[in-house]
Amino acid sequence: MGKNHEEVQLIGTWVSPFVFRARVALNLKSVSYEFLEEKVGAKSDLLLKSNPVHKKIPVLIHHGKPICESLVIVQYIDEVFDGVKILPEDPYDRAIHRFWAAFLDDKFFPALKTIRMVQGEEVQKKLVEIKEGLALLDEALVKLSKGKPFFGGDQLGYLDIALSGFVAWIQVREKTYDVKLIDESIIPNLAAWVDSLRAHPAVKDIIPTADGLIEWVRVNLGPPPAPAAN
Amino acid sequence: MAPQGEVKVLGAWPSPFVMRPRIALNLKSVEYEFVEENPGNKSELLLKSNPVYKKIPVLIHGDKPVCESLVIVQYIDEVWKDSTSILPSDPYDRAMARFWAAYVDDKMFPTMREIVAANEDEAKAAAVALFKEGLSLLEEALVKMSKGKKFFGGDEIGYMDIAFGCYISWFKVTEIVSNVKLFDESATPHLVAWIHSFSSHPAVKDVMPETDKLMEFAKNVVFPRIRAAAAAK
Repeated sequence: MGKNHEEVQLIGTWVSPFVFRARVALNLKSVSYEFLEEKVGAKSDLLLKSNPVHKKIPVLIHHGKPICESLVIVQYIDEVFDGVKILPEDPYDRAIHRFWAAFLDDKFFPALKTIRMVQGEEVQKKLVEIKEGLALLDEALVKLSKGKPFFGGDQLGYLDIALSGFVAWIQVREKTYDVKLIDESIIPNLAAWVDSLRAHPAVKDIIPTADGLIEWVRVNLGPPPAPAAN
Repeated sequence: MAPQGEVKVLGAWPSPFVMRPRIALNLKSVEYEFVEENPGNKSELLLKSNPVYKKIPVLIHGDKPVCESLVIVQYIDEVWKDSTSILPSDPYDRAMARFWAAYVDDKMFPTMREIVAANEDEAKAAAVALFKEGLSLLEEALVKMSKGKKFFGGDEIGYMDIAFGCYISWFKVTEIVSNVKLFDESATPHLVAWIHSFSSHPAVKDVMPETDKLMEFAKNVVFPRIRAAAAAK
């Protein structure tokens, strides 16, 4: 498979859920790549040159050409490299995978991310939002998986990859707020999915631990910001 | 062989997002029923077809609903694949089209809203400057992607044309109501020419809202809402 050994670089960090998506996709296609780790607080010249519009990770560089935005990168990887198909064949199934991937970025992740910025009542509201999102995803999993372990069926698919990067961060929130978000009594399908995902060869060696992320946050981001005065 | 099943689009005439699937269906010469929704009184069909967001547009093909405008456009492109292609065939060009489509939704439309919401000159000027920075990036992107032709998609309208072009009427209305000039032939000549080519394209002109009608709607309904939301923050 000559194609899968051409020069590929990925600019990112081990903590970013968006970079994680690209890494899983590359692993799934057995593409060897050079992982260029960005340092916290100091963006590399290569990153600034490769993603001048957003100056953000991940950036995939293939044949010297940069591709930005994690889901754009995942689709590019699917279209260029041989191997397991990431997006399903059927256009309607593709639309459903894309719909939920957009939901993750537009609704789910903002709630997961911004819970750090709020206190008291607002924390509870965010937790409810996160749980509601997970319940919707559990339902979607039942419909899309058709009894198999993943959204993609037997194999990891687009939505599996889109969600994969958030698993460790969901577990960080569980520890920080002492709450069960992936509750097997409420969302049994998604709970089983998490176990299958963690064991998958494309994932198991690169998925961060919740403790590792908590330590990283402590060292690099410090305590959560105080709530803004009104 | 044309795929089986009736096609409906649930939408509303002012919505830029609703324009996207309509343009895509027109490009593919697919007949469809346009169901005009009243946002203040959403139909059962809409609530059932898009339970997650309860928003337009929704494409219903046979009995299957597809939601989110750019997801719908890609679906249309993939189902009616014997027709003109909306996404380019080269993977890198596809990535560029997807990247810039995400950019206009994430950056350009919110900045337009900031222009509308601004109630002091300084804030307005800052938002306008930000918008124009975005336009100069898009001017560059147009030159690269069009390869000398009229559209981001080349000779024919493509994914990025649809994603960005749907906002044209809203940008025009913002210019008039907020008394700002956003598009300047000297700064972004290709974009200015593109606006004209896109707006007069047969797949577009009948679904693009008339500026006068949209202006009334914007002034009376939408812009006050945008200002109220900004004030509440």
